[in-house]
Amino acid sequence: MAKVAMTVNGRKVSRECEDRTLLVHFIRDQLSLTGTHVGCDTSQCGACVVHMDGKAVKSCSILAAQAAGAEILTIEGLAANGELHPVQAAFKANHGLQCGFCTPGMVMTAVDMINRYGAKLDEKTVRDNLEGNICRCTGYHNIVKAILAAAEEMGAAGRQAAE
Amino acid sequence: MGVEGIGARVARKEDKRFLMGQGRYTDDMSVPGMRYAAFVRSPHAHAKIRRIDTSAAEDMPGVIAVLNGKQMLDDGIGNLICGWMIHSKDGSPMKMGAWRPIAHETVRYVGDAVAVVVADSVGEARDAAEAVVVDYEVLPAVTDAVKALEAGQPQLHPEAPGNLIYDWEIGDGAATDAAIAAAAHVTEMKIVNNRLAPNPMEPRAALGIYDSAEDHYTCYTTSQNPHVARLVMSAFYNVAPENKLRVIAPDVGGGFGSKIYIYPEEIVCLWASKRSGVPVKWTSDRTEAFLTDAHGRDHVSTVKMAFDANNRVTALKVDTIANFGAYMSLFSSAVPTYLYATLLSGQYNFPAIHANVRAVYTNTVAVDAYRGAGRPEATYLLERTMETAARELGVSPAELRRINFIRSFPHQTPVIMNYDAGDYEASLEAAMAAADWAGFPARKAEAASRGMKRGIGMSCYIEACGIAPSAAVGSLGAGVGLWESAEVRVNAVGTIEVLTGSHSHGQGHETTFAQLVADRFGVPIDSVSIVHGDTDKVQMGMGTYGSRSGAVGMSAIVKALDKVEAKARKIAAHLMEADESDIVIENGALKVAGTDKSVPWFQMALAAYTAHNLPSGMEPGLKEGAFYDPSNFTFPAGCYIAEVEVDPETGKTTIVQFVAADDFGNIINPMIVEGQVHGGIAQGIGQALLEGVHYDPETGQLLTASYMDYTMPRADDLPSFQVSHQVTPCPNNPLGIKGCGEAGAIGSPAALMNAITDAIGNNDLTMPATPQKVWAALAAGN
Repeated sequence: MAKVAMTVNGRKVSRECEDRTLLVHFIRDQLSLTGTHVGCDTSQCGACVVHMDGKAVKSCSILAAQAAGAEILTIEGLAANGELHPVQAAFKANHGLQCGFCTPGMVMTAVDMINRYGAKLDEKTVRDNLEGNICRCTGYHNIVKAILAAAEEMGAAGRQAAE
Repeated sequence: MGVEGIGARVARKEDKRFLMGQGRYTDDMSVPGMRYAAFVRSPHAHAKIRRIDTSAAEDMPGVIAVLNGKQMLDDGIGNLICGWMIHSKDGSPMKMGAWRPIAHETVRYVGDAVAVVVADSVGEARDAAEAVVVDYEVLPAVTDAVKALEAGQPQLHPEAPGNLIYDWEIGDGAATDAAIAAAAHVTEMKIVNNRLAPNPMEPRAALGIYDSAEDHYTCYTTSQNPHVARLVMSAFYNVAPENKLRVIAPDVGGGFGSKIYIYPEEIVCLWASKRSGVPVKWTSDRTEAFLTDAHGRDHVSTVKMAFDANNRVTALKVDTIANFGAYMSLFSSAVPTYLYATLLSGQYNFPAIHANVRAVYTNTVAVDAYRGAGRPEATYLLERTMETAARELGVSPAELRRINFIRSFPHQTPVIMNYDAGDYEASLEAAMAAADWAGFPARKAEAASRGMKRGIGMSCYIEACGIAPSAAVGSLGAGVGLWESAEVRVNAVGTIEVLTGSHSHGQGHETTFAQLVADRFGVPIDSVSIVHGDTDKVQMGMGTYGSRSGAVGMSAIVKALDKVEAKARKIAAHLMEADESDIVIENGALKVAGTDKSVPWFQMALAAYTAHNLPSGMEPGLKEGAFYDPSNFTFPAGCYIAEVEVDPETGKTTIVQFVAADDFGNIINPMIVEGQVHGGIAQGIGQALLEGVHYDPETGQLLTASYMDYTMPRADDLPSFQVSHQVTPCPNNPLGIKGCGEAGAIGSPAALMNAITDAIGNNDLTMPATPQKVWAALAAGN
């Protein structure tokens, strides 16, 4: 057993867990944050993507102990005071989700993508960067649309803030 | 239509919880005392179980119970069954072998359950499952359905000699043979429809909770039809009587057919909960999903399409062998018969059709309905053959289809179906215009100048949704009725709850169904809640599959709304001392036409519940239910066009454009309908280009049991799609809608394969058209 402490969605947490506990199970089972999902067992589907120290990671591919001391952001921590993050709002406006199971990972990947590329994102770049997230419902059409819309809005908001 | 009514692109009410990580799926459920199940599964495709030694496992940390199939048998838990009776052409009933939830004598596919461990944690349960020692006598296995019919092959079930489940036929064999003999041209093909794994992103899961004080069971499960699950678990598996069994399907992460069926695991969790005295949860991992979720397709067919001198089809003859896997899953028998062969007339006026279908046991997991279920197989067979015939006859593919289109309705096909409405030419023209078909030669020449092979292909599909009416499907062998139920509850403050027997696992019912109510009463959709997926809340329902929730589920809601409206009008007329026939409902109020008299919706509702001033003799309250049984199937149809470029150096296919033109009848929420089409097309493209389940033919080991081996379509495999709708309203339901959930998966594979074979100039190509296969076909064709 290991005692693991980290910051999750801005709150300091500390839990005892088996050494072999994956970060995704720490988040789901120990912290009861069930928005992060497990869709495969080979680190392919991306349903478990969270942000660790500001970067998107598949939380099934690291041990909880490896995340000791890190800042973790899960889907539950993205919206501020019940107001959807622009990426979440864009997924809703563009019907970028159906069953919702891949959605948390998709949204966390999309936020990371927009952080890295900003308004320079184009369809091909979005599709290439979604390679690690599998959706079986949408055919990706509206997910791509949603991410491009969010990138544009966030870019515009960023420009406004800078002016 | 209003901003929230029928036809409006309303953003989904359910989205916020999913986007904020607050969806509640079965694996998210947790109850006090809950423990975890792990299954011991057969590593062999076919074997006798000599002995199971659980002693080491029982001593492992955290283990509460290790249970086996013999105990389950002793406790009276029944066999899993197929609920649709098919009779062979000799009149004999289908040969159904016994399927135990946990095998205790023989295992018949890799993944067959042989024991279950209940432990304090998932890790401890899995550790202990690995410590269970099973002594097997390994038997020879057969995975290929054609081979399984041959003499001398391994035999799966004593009930089914020769591994043959049924040998069924439909249509007029003599007339078909005579027309083929007299034909000016006959196109012959062998058509293989590749085996697929449905792969909803949420793996299956079940939580069984036994309450010993009440002798009552609760089951949370990943089901598309919780009421059917309760019915079958109660009536056939003897888990508990219906009043002692509550089934809840909370948020469900996709299904595509694979979550229709009642699997061993949910039965085991309920039974194990009683046996071990703790709530038991099981969650599949992806490997288990590949091993144990019902697969789809897996047909091998030969086809003859006969033409007269004017290129009119005179007859179609089909012989199909369908792989059913090791056991007959819940609806498996209906898929290659009434959901497949009855659609072999396509969009065409065929005078004669004959189809023969043999269903076969093999040492593979069960095969059942997967998005489209029989209709993709029929469409692929017809549209590949039609395209091939056009090439052989030297006619354009569009022209050959036009010559043979059905143009007057209703149309009785030679294979049961009576098409009610359609305009196939309209979808063909819309698709060809959107794809700029006329401009293709120039694009092909331009591609050739870059060394690329460009091809174009079309597919004109028809499908049948909302299988019905119940009496008709009953006469064809169905074990259930295929109606739907609804209840509309108007609360005292005017808010509305709609209880439906349909189940949403991504289809957006919470929005679309609410739009119906908003449209009818002019109330905001936020004041309407859709309740589904819980047998304690909704009395009975048939669930969601076969694109039935629109045509059948929403029709039931309309019927209940009619009753609510009738009573609301009476109350309003009484309150305003007006004649009932003068009441109009608009913008959330009941008004007397031509006057300024008006009662707000909520005030009418309150009056229904205070009951201080109701018409004489009227019961208080405002709540109405309805069961709706359709009078016919609905028949969505459309035309899909794919344009591809093949790189002759690598054989890699790139989809340059994909066009869908669909007729779904009237549409409630176009945004959601388009999303259904996108998703269906992606699965169809997956079948055509990427996906295929492979078993080792000797050992029966599943070679494609992870996302490292089974190629799921990813964002960079697909283009954006061009979709459009043509509308011929369905005359047989109150909303005029047909169903849109499966069309994309039905229509797209043939369009892709027609385009690729057009590009490479070699028609000898099977799905999935991987770069390796395309490259080889290109080399062989030159």
